[in-house]
Amino acid sequence: MTETAIEVTALEHFFGDGEARKQALFDVNLAVARGSLTVLMGPSGSGKTTLLTLMGCLREVHAGSVRLLDRELFQSDEISRIDMRRRLGFIFQAHNLHDSLTARQNVMMGLQVHGRGDPKRHALAADHLLDLLGLGQRLDYLPGNLSGGQKQRVAIARALASNPDIIFADEPTAALDKVSGLAAVRLFKDLGRARGTTTVMVTHDPRILDLADRVVTLEDGRIVEDRAGTARNNASTAPA
Amino acid sequence: MTAFLARLLGRLPIGYLQLMHHPGRLLAALAGVAFANVLVFVQLGLAGSMAESVAIPYRLFQPDLLIISPAESESLSDASTLPRQRMFQALVHPDVTGGTPIYMGRSTWISGNDASSSIQFFGLEPDAGPFVHEALAAPLISLSLSDTALVDTLTRFVDMRGFAAAHPEAPVPFEMQGRQLGAIGTVSIGGGFGGDGVFLVSDQTFFQLFPQRSSATPSHILLALDPGADPGRVATELAQLYPPDAVRIRTVTQAMEQEVRYQMTERPTGLIFAFGVVIGIIVGIVIAYQVLSADVADHIREYATFKAMGFRQGFFVGIILEEAIILAAIGFWPGLALSELFYRSLAYLTNIPIFMTPDRAVAVFIGTIIACAMSGVLAMRKLAAAEPADLF
Ligand SMILES: Nc1ncnc2c1ncn2[C@@H]1O[C@H](COP(=O)(O)OP(=O)(O)O)[C@@H](O)[C@H]1O
Ligand SMILES: [Mg+2]
Repeated sequence: MTETAIEVTALEHFFGDGEARKQALFDVNLAVARGSLTVLMGPSGSGKTTLLTLMGCLREVHAGSVRLLDRELFQSDEISRIDMRRRLGFIFQAHNLHDSLTARQNVMMGLQVHGRGDPKRHALAADHLLDLLGLGQRLDYLPGNLSGGQKQRVAIARALASNPDIIFADEPTAALDKVSGLAAVRLFKDLGRARGTTTVMVTHDPRILDLADRVVTLEDGRIVEDRAGTARNNASTAPA
Repeated sequence: MTAFLARLLGRLPIGYLQLMHHPGRLLAALAGVAFANVLVFVQLGLAGSMAESVAIPYRLFQPDLLIISPAESESLSDASTLPRQRMFQALVHPDVTGGTPIYMGRSTWISGNDASSSIQFFGLEPDAGPFVHEALAAPLISLSLSDTALVDTLTRFVDMRGFAAAHPEAPVPFEMQGRQLGAIGTVSIGGGFGGDGVFLVSDQTFFQLFPQRSSATPSHILLALDPGADPGRVATELAQLYPPDAVRIRTVTQAMEQEVRYQMTERPTGLIFAFGVVIGIIVGIVIAYQVLSADVADHIREYATFKAMGFRQGFFVGIILEEAIILAAIGFWPGLALSELFYRSLAYLTNIPIFMTPDRAVAVFIGTIIACAMSGVLAMRKLAAAEPADLF
């Protein structure tokens, strides 16, 4: 496997048809190194989420190329995109936990996407991860009985559970207080180091910028700045 | 339960957990499934009871073959007749060892307090013992005494308790068709859809009661065959002895099945039952669909999240079918219990033979699962709205 996890070349994206057709991305080029933490920044409406969903196989790539883990996504079919997504982890702005499942069960879903497995082992893995995120006392709580920050941490645990190659996160720390927000991002970093997990995150949180290997800024659908982050360990930063 | 289902499904039982998490919705769904089950059971019960009451009079007889008139109707109690000559023609066949005519007529019995019951009379030769149910052979001989009858203890709308002790030595008197009759014994047949009770008399008494009827034109003819003979073959050979379309020859089973089919498919009552079953199934499908599709709509974000995580279509189909089957498998039981209650009340109130059969319960259970699964399949269309790209 190459050291580049994501390679975006001449990517364009349009929404709508005819009169309403609107271009959201213009000639985006970006290479993300394996194991790195890349932060996407930019004003609202600049195309951050669109870029994230294209790289995350949640949208079809119509123009240009996205190579994800050495697979081309341009003109890929729905089934291969679904299979690809099993190697990814998503953390959404809203936690999107299942309200009928406990914290543990929500995290277990991240493991069960890979098919039949030993439920006991799944539960143990989920417990371990939730414990790491400071939710060891809330394993059997339904989301309705958790605070916003706790729910978001469960969602983070769910994304991390299946040991994804890449994590895509859109403002994941918005609902978290300072301490747990930073703790969560540190966890991403540590995982990145230990497992070679790549993280692409949309955030405005300045404290997180300090942890980033790389900061990419979008404006009106174009990359206007692409610089190395201020993280001390920048060994894995890919060449711009 | 969760652990059991998890092991069964090889994943968390999300459908089950979803249903349990909304008890109000679950109860409404179960009530709906149970209600639909009751509708279907009641209709099937009535239809079954009609089939059963069609069968009862046939069970009084045990001939090898039955010769019936070629008239349109397929009912044993139909008023059509045929010439007794047909019986003598049949006796020519070497495998036919005997024959007896039966005469049927209907009369109204007004008992004391202006209640009235419609009585089906069977007139039989007193020596027709070999053609009737064993239990009737002996009492039949006693009927040779003029103006005697075997009365039906299960006759509807009449208090029959006074007849319980009826005996040839101690006949219980009653009046019918303006004649004084004596009950010298009882049968237990009961009312069906066509009448309220069945009385047996000798052919001679029958002609006294129904003076317009003649011994030359019985309602049906019963034939006994040589024990080694194949009734099917003899029937075919007999048919060739008669002018075309002069008679119909059937075994008792055939005649019974034919009449059930006739009552079910050509009589309005049968069609109403079929219609009722269809309505019940539709009600069930609609209610289950409402609940399942509301549940999908409520969880659209969660499903979109699962899609984003890489779960395939089959996973979602599995959840919805899991819910559908749970609704069916739980809702069925209160439906069954209520239907049993309904059957018992109806049997008690009307004396019609209505009861639960294991076949019917199993068939309705399977039908319930299929109907709920169909609702689930319909509800699945809502899944398309789960779009993972919209989650960010
Ligand atoms: N589903 C959509 N349909 C039409 N236009 C969209 C859709 N999603 C995003 N857009 C448009 O694309 C542009 C980029 O949006 P987005 O990627 O959400 O920006 P950001 O995440 O940086 O706020 C915006 O102008 C937005 O209005
Ligand atoms: Mg956005």
